[in-house]
Amino acid sequence: MTIAQKQEELVEAFSEFDEWLDKYEYLIEMGKALPSFPEEKKTDERLIKGCQSRVWLDAQTVDGKVVFSADSDAIITRGIIAMLIDVYSNRTPEEILQADDRFIDQIGLRENLSPTRQNGLLSMMQTIRQLAETAARTQA
Amino acid sequence: MTTREFRELFPILMRKVYGKSLVYFDNAATSQRPRSVVDKWVRISQESNANIYRAVHKLSAEATDAYEQAREAARAFINAGSREEIIFTSGCTAAINTVAYSFGQAFVKAGDTVIVGEGEHHSNLVPWQLLCERTGASLQILPIDDKGHWDLSVLKGLLAEGKYGADAEGASQRVKLVAVTHISNVLGLVNPVEAVIRLCHAAGVPVLVDGAQGIVHERVDVQAMDCDFYAFSGHKVYAATGTGVLYGKKRWLEQMPPFLSGGEMVGTVTLSHADFAGLPHKFEAGTGNFAAIATFPEAFETALLAREPEIATSYEAVCSYLEDALRARGDVRLYGDTGNPAGQAVLTGEASPAAYRRAGVFSFTIDGVHHEDAAQVLDKMGIAVRSGLMCAEPVIRHFGVSGMLRASLAPYNTMEEAESFIKCLDKAINLLR
Repeated sequence: MTIAQKQEELVEAFSEFDEWLDKYEYLIEMGKALPSFPEEKKTDERLIKGCQSRVWLDAQTVDGKVVFSADSDAIITRGIIAMLIDVYSNRTPEEILQADDRFIDQIGLRENLSPTRQNGLLSMMQTIRQLAETAARTQA
Repeated sequence: MTTREFRELFPILMRKVYGKSLVYFDNAATSQRPRSVVDKWVRISQESNANIYRAVHKLSAEATDAYEQAREAARAFINAGSREEIIFTSGCTAAINTVAYSFGQAFVKAGDTVIVGEGEHHSNLVPWQLLCERTGASLQILPIDDKGHWDLSVLKGLLAEGKYGADAEGASQRVKLVAVTHISNVLGLVNPVEAVIRLCHAAGVPVLVDGAQGIVHERVDVQAMDCDFYAFSGHKVYAATGTGVLYGKKRWLEQMPPFLSGGEMVGTVTLSHADFAGLPHKFEAGTGNFAAIATFPEAFETALLAREPEIATSYEAVCSYLEDALRARGDVRLYGDTGNPAGQAVLTGEASPAAYRRAGVFSFTIDGVHHEDAAQVLDKMGIAVRSGLMCAEPVIRHFGVSGMLRASLAPYNTMEEAESFIKCLDKAINLLR
């Protein structure tokens, strides 16, 4: 499945819920399904700046693909980063850098987060792209 | 007047959010405004808009009258001795900054000490940090214990240490000012500011009281309290935003240089020199926020209405229901304890000093649930609460947490709202665990 297909799938999944509480619940379930993140990886370098709740994001390159792992001390934030990982992880740096993130607005996520979390979301996307750029440079 | 009738004075409380009835529990951040305040705000702008003090025409006279009526309303509301002691500012922060700058300029120098409480809002902490950095004075802290109570023995010690030498009047004092909050915006406890003021005055030290929350919940009488400065915002006590009051004793204000300078705060101006207007204008450079400040009479009238027995009794019942319901949950930690204030006993050797009271502010954490998640989910249920550091990071850190949730009430909040809040909190916790 391409990034675009994955994004479309998510937009569709969210559209099945009318109430935002149910959409949060869906996000929370995604967060709960996120593989556990080792405590020793929760370092300041992996901490995403600009979030009120703490989010750690790590990237490894495996067979030319960027594999993300993450954790957060808040469960909705954990759900958001889990969703982003679902979309962008296990892709080549080029795929990540060419993809857009319009699906976030299509879901309506941005406008249904507090302003601090909107900033946090922005920082998460920026960090994902930066890590993909770093991976691209290392490969080249 | 009943709570129901009082509530109807506030149009915004009838609105829905996300199709649900709004439960507004973020009153410590800003209160809602009654129709009378909004009407006055609009009326001044629509009918009497002209620059205050400066012109001889009719509109200017009306705007100036409204501004001065607001000053009288503020004077009466806190029972200040004279209108000269009421300085209009843009808010509590600006009021405290005025003192930090102007009092600091006049009285604080290297080697001196300024004391602030540990439980302060950043607005009553950072201005003093900057003053101390500018002057080389040292900043000392009046600590709180784990109940959120001041340890007055530390204050006593600092005041005793500050004494040195002997001049004609007795002794000199390195402690130049003590700045403490009347009610913490996090803990909601009514602090024994009178006790602090007595201790400080006995040592010849003036006291500034940050009244941002105090003005809302307490009957403030600055003469009875005997504070040297009392600062508060209008917007937390039903008035329009962008308004505030600095009360200062005339003897201090007269000795302090202006903070901002410009129009209307001057006496005679030549190209090289200006002498200054008298109080309160010396501290009111530039055109004041007159349409907003003009809402003070209506705002304070509303605050007084809320203190009438029928509404006050029902408000107390709502608050104690909420406190009991939060305490009944084993997974909720409520911060700030009203009982057994040991630190106050040092004062007068009182065997059992009066317990602290809580004023409608409930800050808590939930085991295993992040405060921001809870606030986000509650929002979608129509409930407005605050989460995070609440502009008072040191007090949050004191309790070893990264943030708290805060439900802060006002007398227009009802028992149904409190019950709905507790029910929704339960639902949110179940969702988030």
